[in-house]
Amino acid sequence: MSKKVRRYETSTGYRGSEDYIVSDDLRNAVNIAIALQKPLLIKGEPGTGKTMLAQSIADSLDKELIIWNIKSTTKAQEGLYVYDTVQRLYDSQFGEGDVANIKKYIKLGKLGEAFIASEPVVLLIDEIDKADLEFPNDLLWELDQMSFYIPETKETIQAVQRPIVVITSNAEKELPDAFLRRCIFHYIEFPDPEGMETIIKVHHPNLEKRLLEQAMETFYMLRNVPNIQKKPSTSELIDWLQALVVGGINPNRIKQDLPFLGVLLKKNEDLDTLLNQLHGKTQTRSPNYASSSLNRYRY
Amino acid sequence: MFTKFFYTLKNFGVPVSMNEWQALLEALEAGMAGSSLTGFYYLSRAVLIKTEAHYDRFDMAFAAFFGDIQTPEGLPDKIWDWLNKELPELEITDEMRRNHQQLDLDELKRMLEERLAEQDEEHHGGNRWIGTGGTSPFGHSGYHPGGIRIGGDSRNLSAVKVAGMRRFQEFRTDETLGVRQFQVALRKLRQFTSRLEGPETELDLDATVNKTCDNAGRLELVWERPRDNAIKVLLLMDAGGSMLTYSRLCNQLFTAVNRSNHFKDMQTFYFHNCIYDWLYHDSTCRQNDYTDTEYILRTYSPDYRVIIVGDASMAPYELMRVGGIIDWDLHNDKPGIEWLRRIRQHFEYSAWLNPIPRNYWDWMDGAFTIRKISEIFPMESLTVDGLERAIIALRSKQAVAAN
Repeated sequence: MSKKVRRYETSTGYRGSEDYIVSDDLRNAVNIAIALQKPLLIKGEPGTGKTMLAQSIADSLDKELIIWNIKSTTKAQEGLYVYDTVQRLYDSQFGEGDVANIKKYIKLGKLGEAFIASEPVVLLIDEIDKADLEFPNDLLWELDQMSFYIPETKETIQAVQRPIVVITSNAEKELPDAFLRRCIFHYIEFPDPEGMETIIKVHHPNLEKRLLEQAMETFYMLRNVPNIQKKPSTSELIDWLQALVVGGINPNRIKQDLPFLGVLLKKNEDLDTLLNQLHGKTQTRSPNYASSSLNRYRY
Repeated sequence: MFTKFFYTLKNFGVPVSMNEWQALLEALEAGMAGSSLTGFYYLSRAVLIKTEAHYDRFDMAFAAFFGDIQTPEGLPDKIWDWLNKELPELEITDEMRRNHQQLDLDELKRMLEERLAEQDEEHHGGNRWIGTGGTSPFGHSGYHPGGIRIGGDSRNLSAVKVAGMRRFQEFRTDETLGVRQFQVALRKLRQFTSRLEGPETELDLDATVNKTCDNAGRLELVWERPRDNAIKVLLLMDAGGSMLTYSRLCNQLFTAVNRSNHFKDMQTFYFHNCIYDWLYHDSTCRQNDYTDTEYILRTYSPDYRVIIVGDASMAPYELMRVGGIIDWDLHNDKPGIEWLRRIRQHFEYSAWLNPIPRNYWDWMDGAFTIRKISEIFPMESLTVDGLERAIIALRSKQAVAAN
């Protein structure tokens, strides 16, 4: 391997930023990725701050952040450059502009932008799993070599400064092995109540203690309700606290009334499940239904 | 020196390649483990492991490999130096056992303090001073039934302990998992079809423009396959009483299949223990709400993917005999196994998912029927791994067993 590994220094690495609480192992992973110059792949439940991480890295290292949002229709090529053939066709038909200059019709994508930046930047490839299954494979070479070739202009775009690449995934699709092998991987766990409190304090520094306690208890209670399909996550809790404060809810009523429940539970089925459980109306059949094998007929 | 660790990981089923190993060595050279075992744990995990599903295996491999290494902190260095000496194995005799009565903790602590104050040299063996081996209550690798092990876990969470906690157990893919993971697995059923099946009917605009430009303006059309899925799924679920134990698991699969809106068509029917002349429309299997199995075989085209979910364990006569149906007010003219064979033969792709863990299949109550049915259908356990294997079966036509 020809890549030079930078000497690892704890003092200069990423250390989290004011508005983002980072766990030790996540911070390690970030620094390892930076030092080894490999893309950092972040997975985790929705709402655990995967996207925020890139912002935080950019802030703490004082670098520009370039975000490439991936959609189901995104193609790898778009990240590199787009050759606006249609515009060129138009121009040639209407005799506008210098059609001979192909360069004019080449527009760099987000990856291209990150490459030509004169300062090292943080490049966030957000929700890579949204794209087609082959998408990550199409980027292997570009992420490895940090360069790509534009055949139309016979140009090679080479990264001036290697960008710090952060890739997030919601695990909607499996990523190809060849791609994974090139990444540093970290899975963000859902924070425990203690970690959660620290995170909340960053967002709501002046929260009343009693309100926080009650809200947290209710929140973790909701997360533990079995059969909930979309468990409420950190970002939902933060929104909910905001709603509770704005709504002037009495902390002592939170557990009974479950105000603004829609902020936490986003699915009708989940609301139904919860209400059923709260009212003791379980939908399972009577327990003796399954008791003996001879008797395993419906009631 | 870590090469053994590489093979330990492989033995535990962690897929590591030379690439990643190389990267790890580079990182170690750069001093990124910070010469601590915990640092090494996080470093090697970040570099070597690519999915949370393998965290647990990694933890187990790590614990197995480094389990003997203790990284204690907080006692004078001198004592650690003494303790770090190699020592011969200690044989424990019954006599030794008798000689050592349990000391209570306060007493022990007091004695340890005394020793710490008095001791000024190494001890290996012996029965009084802090050292290795021997039968003193203090130190490690020795024997004392109630002693203080110095050299055990530190107050800080050592890496081996972190690994030993197996916090990521729930992410193992060979364990049963939730709706989302099932969904992810089911998506693989799409991957196959959208790429290989169906005619090229959609105009590929970009390619057409490109081609036309290449032709200096003369139009050339490029067609591509539409991206929607041609796959149709027929889900048959056992709603019998013995399935109640697995209702949560089956619900998760059911939700996942239902939410997988990428299928062209998705039909669900229910049966009670075994499939006979009727398939019911809901899980209560009400006798007035059904479709004839015969009708389904006639109207559903053979390219429907059939997924049967059931424990496949029943009394042998339920499967093998005419009139063996468990519902006492019903009668079947053909044995259930006949129906299963017909389903298997009619549909080109089918698989059976069994919520009972695979290692129970051979000796469960229903071992006989499980064996019989798995001779007809490719049977997998209802886990994410199992589902993935079943999907492979659903993508390839397999020879239907004769008779």
